[in-house]
Amino acid sequence: MFGGTSVILLALPHFIPEYQIHLVTTILFFGYLGIAWNILGGYAGQFSFGHTAFFGIGAFTSSLLQIHAGVNPWIGMVLAGLAGTLVGLVVGFLCFRYGLKGPFFALAMLALAEMLRLISIQWMTAKYPLGITIPLMEDSLLHFQFRDKVPYYYIILLMTAGALFLTDALEKRRIGSYFKAIRENEDAAVSLGIDALKYKLIAMGISAFMTATGGTFYAQYYLTLDDEAAFGVTNSIEILMGPIIGGSGTVFGPILGAGILEFLSETSRNFLGGYSGVHLMVYGTVLVIVIMYLPEGILGGLKAVFYRISKSKNK
Amino acid sequence: MVLLEIKDLTKNFGGLRALDNLSFHLEKGEILGIIGPNGAGKTTLFNVVTGFYRPDEGAIFFKGEEITGLKPHQIAKRGISRTFQITQPFPNLTVLENVKIGAYSRFKSSREATEEALRVLETVGLHEQRDELASVLPIGHRKGLELAKALATNPELILLDEVVAGLNTKESNNMIARIKNLQQNGTTVLLIEHVMKAIMSLSDRIVVIHYGEKISEGAPQEISKDHKVIKAYLGEEYVFAKGQ
Amino acid sequence: MTLPSIPLLLQSIVSGILIGGVYSLVAIGLSMIFGVMKIINFAHGSFMMLGMFVTYWLYVLLGIDPYLSLLLTIPLLFVFGLLVERFLIDKILDSPAHNQLLLTLGISLVIENLALFLWSPNFRTINVSYANKAATLGPVMISFPKVIAFLFAIFFTGLLYYFLKNTDLGKAIRAASEEKEGALTVGINLKKIYYIAFGIGTACVGAAGTVVAPFFYVSPQVGGVFVITAFVVVVLGGMGNFMGALVGGLIIGLAESVGAAFIPGQLKQFVIYLIFILVLFFKPSGLFGKSNA
Repeated sequence: MFGGTSVILLALPHFIPEYQIHLVTTILFFGYLGIAWNILGGYAGQFSFGHTAFFGIGAFTSSLLQIHAGVNPWIGMVLAGLAGTLVGLVVGFLCFRYGLKGPFFALAMLALAEMLRLISIQWMTAKYPLGITIPLMEDSLLHFQFRDKVPYYYIILLMTAGALFLTDALEKRRIGSYFKAIRENEDAAVSLGIDALKYKLIAMGISAFMTATGGTFYAQYYLTLDDEAAFGVTNSIEILMGPIIGGSGTVFGPILGAGILEFLSETSRNFLGGYSGVHLMVYGTVLVIVIMYLPEGILGGLKAVFYRISKSKNK
Repeated sequence: MVLLEIKDLTKNFGGLRALDNLSFHLEKGEILGIIGPNGAGKTTLFNVVTGFYRPDEGAIFFKGEEITGLKPHQIAKRGISRTFQITQPFPNLTVLENVKIGAYSRFKSSREATEEALRVLETVGLHEQRDELASVLPIGHRKGLELAKALATNPELILLDEVVAGLNTKESNNMIARIKNLQQNGTTVLLIEHVMKAIMSLSDRIVVIHYGEKISEGAPQEISKDHKVIKAYLGEEYVFAKGQ
Repeated sequence: MTLPSIPLLLQSIVSGILIGGVYSLVAIGLSMIFGVMKIINFAHGSFMMLGMFVTYWLYVLLGIDPYLSLLLTIPLLFVFGLLVERFLIDKILDSPAHNQLLLTLGISLVIENLALFLWSPNFRTINVSYANKAATLGPVMISFPKVIAFLFAIFFTGLLYYFLKNTDLGKAIRAASEEKEGALTVGINLKKIYYIAFGIGTACVGAAGTVVAPFFYVSPQVGGVFVITAFVVVVLGGMGNFMGALVGGLIIGLAESVGAAFIPGQLKQFVIYLIFILVLFFKPSGLFGKSNA
């Protein structure tokens, strides 16, 4: 099944029109960001409502380095990841060391993202009132710019595949179990020798790195960046909704969630017209329904069903 | 050899003195029981020893080294394990995964940790329940799981907080037998218990705590006749009535 | 950073206190909901926005004066809050806290974007005849609607205080927020208390929306502006702490207004967020709150 899916995914762009390629790329893109969020949120149990902070840091880092210092965007991407990780570790250390948990941590991250957004507006007003733009260059892998959408598709496909492998690898190993232990019951976890602070920071570091690299991808894809795109609250919400709906704490949940959300977004746009917030109304409704009736998400819910079936079979 | 030494331990919560200059020691290989009326400070003692609270005064020594003020995970790594009075499982993980987390403190690989977890589950009689979710377990199995998690770290000293309470007769007898077994395998046990049958039969020695202070210490038979202990539990009138 | 003149400073102090009264009312609603149900209501701002729009439409379509429409908006929003609690919030009272936050986030998304869809993002204003009336006290101009807003806010706060202190229902609500188990034991119907508390909290913020409408712009996004401020006030004053929310509102109103005199534009909001984070770190139980270990 894995082989079959890979073949389909690899061949896909040659069979579908450009707009659909853009859609699938967007799904994979939010899937990637969702997987990144999921490592800290779904697995380690620390729900961040401000993950766009890392996204924006990544996007700005690689873009500004490219514009002002001619740094190659691929190198910029790595540096972006490192910048995100650095901020993540500092913020994470402050939050976790001071015992910020649950909704307080979530809101602190939201406040962080908003603060970064305000700083970016203030900073951009003089030189870049309409946001920053990456100068157009020739199509090339080296410069991470293509007229055609297809190469972008393959890049994000690769990134997302990598992210899935990473999540799976973490889940199978001790580190993944430790994340889950911290999520499930931190007191019990530390009584069994788990350094909760250390592991939360590891989760944060990985999550922030990946999210920041997603920011670079966005910047190279759209070649333009403003405060709302980089640090907007809506972005944070869209990032976390995929995992929540698809199943936080599962490997494929974020991708499934991203797919569903993109489908809903497209459909609502077609039926309800142009106002930019319309898909959010649908998102909000879905979020309410999922939290009330299926809090572990679709894949989480399926797991529970299989569990119950296997138990009654063993009776 | 003295495994654990508690010296002049004092802990205040606002105006409330939960532990008051408490001192006692624990010999390697013995089972020491801690009893006292409700609110006497027993669980607070456990929380201080395992690093969840910092004492305001006093010190704790484990194998001769001071462990006062260390964080809970550091204390666990030194060989002290505990159970919680209100069981603290990892609810959405299976019984096996729960115990595996404990085993991971000693084994890095998933395979080895699984083997160890299965072995521990066997000893506490939960092998059959290994794929159940911890959140759906009945109280007897929950308490067994609580013990299994702690045992998976192979502690030198284990702190058991009311592991027998809430169990039916058969389950209690099984638990008591398991604790006796622990001692036979070389583990030292510090035991808080209200179920008199359990603590009297298991303990080599007993320390009695009241209002955070040690009011008596000795073999089970001795302390059961101690006036101070009887007064603490049953009040002055009882002592008078008995004509003691 | 520019040093403001004394008159400007005085003006900002007065404005700050006046708007602070409104912040207090908003925060008290939020604080009560948290105190009783331990829910952080992310949708609080969107409820305020609803209050503002109800007032707007009553004025535009029926010519009802905003302050008069309080008689309608308060019960309307009370019932709305009650229904939201009964049918949505009630189901997730035992869920983990971050899920509760997600639910209220979802509700706010629906309400705000529905409003956006129905009424467009355009700013609207209510142009009452007295909107621009002001009294001058030395160098300071005191805007009439702002004073009314402040007075109403304080009035409702006082009313609520009296209600909580002296009525049976009020005492039951306090009991439920301080000691859930104890309240159950004396036969208090916890479910009913929850609906009512949520309804009252919503009515508070709806009333705040109404009194602010004459001098503030009415738009679907207005909720977002107030919700963070409300959170800062509540965290500062202590979650569930009535006095804390009251005093906190005035402090934040002052800080924001005086801060704006010193710091240009956007950074004013920045200061609010900074205070929020600092309070979260150093005193998550707020300046007044009981310390929840």
